[in-house]
Amino acid sequence: MSVLVYTENWDGKFKNSSYELVSYANKVAEMTGGSVTALSIGNVGDDELSTLGNYGASTVLSAGDAGSFDNQVYTGIISAAAEKSGAKVIILSDNNAGKALAPRLSVRLKAGLASGVTSVPEAISPLLVNKKVFSGKAFAKVKVLSDTAILTLAQNSYEIVETGGNASVEAFDSGVDSSTGKTIVKDVQKQTGKILLSDAEVVVSGGRGMKSGDNWQTLEELADVLGAAMACSRPVSDEGWRSHDEHTGQTGKIIAPNLYLAFGISGAIQHLAGVSSSKYIVAVNTDKDAPIFEAADYGIVGDALQVLPEFINEIKAAKAQ
Amino acid sequence: MNVLVCISNVPDTTTKVRFSGDNTSFDSNGVQWIINPWDELALTRAMELKEDTSNPIAKVTVITVGAAAAEPTLRKALAIGADDAIRVDAETGDAFYVASQIAEVVKNGDFGIILNGIESSDYNGSAVGGMLSELLDLPSVSAVSSMNFANGEVLINRDIDGGREELSISTPFICIVQKGIAKEPRIAAMRGIMMARKKPLQVESAVDVASLTETLEFALPTPKEPCKMFEADNIKELVNLLQNEAKVI
Repeated sequence: MSVLVYTENWDGKFKNSSYELVSYANKVAEMTGGSVTALSIGNVGDDELSTLGNYGASTVLSAGDAGSFDNQVYTGIISAAAEKSGAKVIILSDNNAGKALAPRLSVRLKAGLASGVTSVPEAISPLLVNKKVFSGKAFAKVKVLSDTAILTLAQNSYEIVETGGNASVEAFDSGVDSSTGKTIVKDVQKQTGKILLSDAEVVVSGGRGMKSGDNWQTLEELADVLGAAMACSRPVSDEGWRSHDEHTGQTGKIIAPNLYLAFGISGAIQHLAGVSSSKYIVAVNTDKDAPIFEAADYGIVGDALQVLPEFINEIKAAKAQ
Repeated sequence: MNVLVCISNVPDTTTKVRFSGDNTSFDSNGVQWIINPWDELALTRAMELKEDTSNPIAKVTVITVGAAAAEPTLRKALAIGADDAIRVDAETGDAFYVASQIAEVVKNGDFGIILNGIESSDYNGSAVGGMLSELLDLPSVSAVSSMNFANGEVLINRDIDGGREELSISTPFICIVQKGIAKEPRIAAMRGIMMARKKPLQVESAVDVASLTETLEFALPTPKEPCKMFEADNIKELVNLLQNEAKVI
């Protein structure tokens, strides 16, 4: 049974998250005894497309430019690719695009959807897989009742595995007219020069203990030194100290970096739900009984503003070695 | 036009999650139920837009799919300002089942915009809005962080992975919202709570649809090792561990 994976690109380039997705698809294909077909939509060069072979894709279907992201148009292209490849498992990322596409595909293909999965399936026929529920406070084992299954993979939940393989790249004509899209994009603002929260391996985050939006400079300096993305707790974005894009927690972004550094965050249960999948958590807070220390691996009881300068110095010293 | 806001009835976000003895179902003992936080923001934005009389919104309806126990949550939505409510009487199935129920109501109704939260805080499926769009063959926009009317169109900002897009769309469509769509959820005033009791709450019977997935069991994450504490004058050691033991910097 073959596996189809939709690999998004950003200005013609794949990201580590794309390779994570193909690595995951490759593992699923080992279980199904089939091969991995990757689908790319947009202008991506053949050299870039063929890099997907190194993570387990045997075929790359290149659908070419389909205009701006319209989920009806893109769903049409992906379902045409699913038909062509005979895929019984279709894998997308659990990011904004995946969340827009996977449910539509599910209905169109009458294929059960398990979203935000965190590990490879336990079984293939019928498909059993674990996913996060209650915003990371628990896991659920989901059984897909249809022949075809659609999975969206929670970001940063699978290791990238290089296989050294090669993929054949084929131009793919889906037959979908991309001008039929009903959404008209008028303006695009891309985040530039900033590490995206969802991609970051290290995240520096501040809470109410930072006392004022004006005190963020030191956090930004620390993020610079570490090559980290910035995050914040909900009160901080509610106060307008930082943009809601940075709000991390149950109703904000749910992240799973290698290292999460929490300064002046007490760790309300909703905040912890958004960050508890981080591999390591460091917390600095004045209250030794703050719940953040129950989720943290390393902690310092102290005022974030006083600890930060020394923290930055020590990180700089360690990095300089 | 009429606006429909889809509401999921979820455990309060401060709930300590527990499961029944054999881990096959959520233990709702002592749990407070609330409007799913993203749905609450969607409802708040719908009310804001309706109150500005230059916008073409005649009525805001809320809908949920669930048993009678979900009605207090619908009453809360009415207290916040929705004009009327619909409950599709069902023991809920999976997202496909729920979306199919709502699709049936929409087909028999007259709604220009259908609002959904991007996910529910219990099953985190992010699926009902998108499935509804496909079932109804309507355009949809996901991850929406602002929505306004302008010159007969609806202007929308949505988050993309790595930025933001401004786009326009014509009704009818499905709008799947995230944080930012309203500054903060509206809290019902006493007058709203009193009025909510008299507002219409219609109960529809469910249509027969088979779920595409089934949840077999739940598990809690394995507890973490206790946090290793450092004195504020020993940051060097902490950084040393991050670099050489955890190897994350």
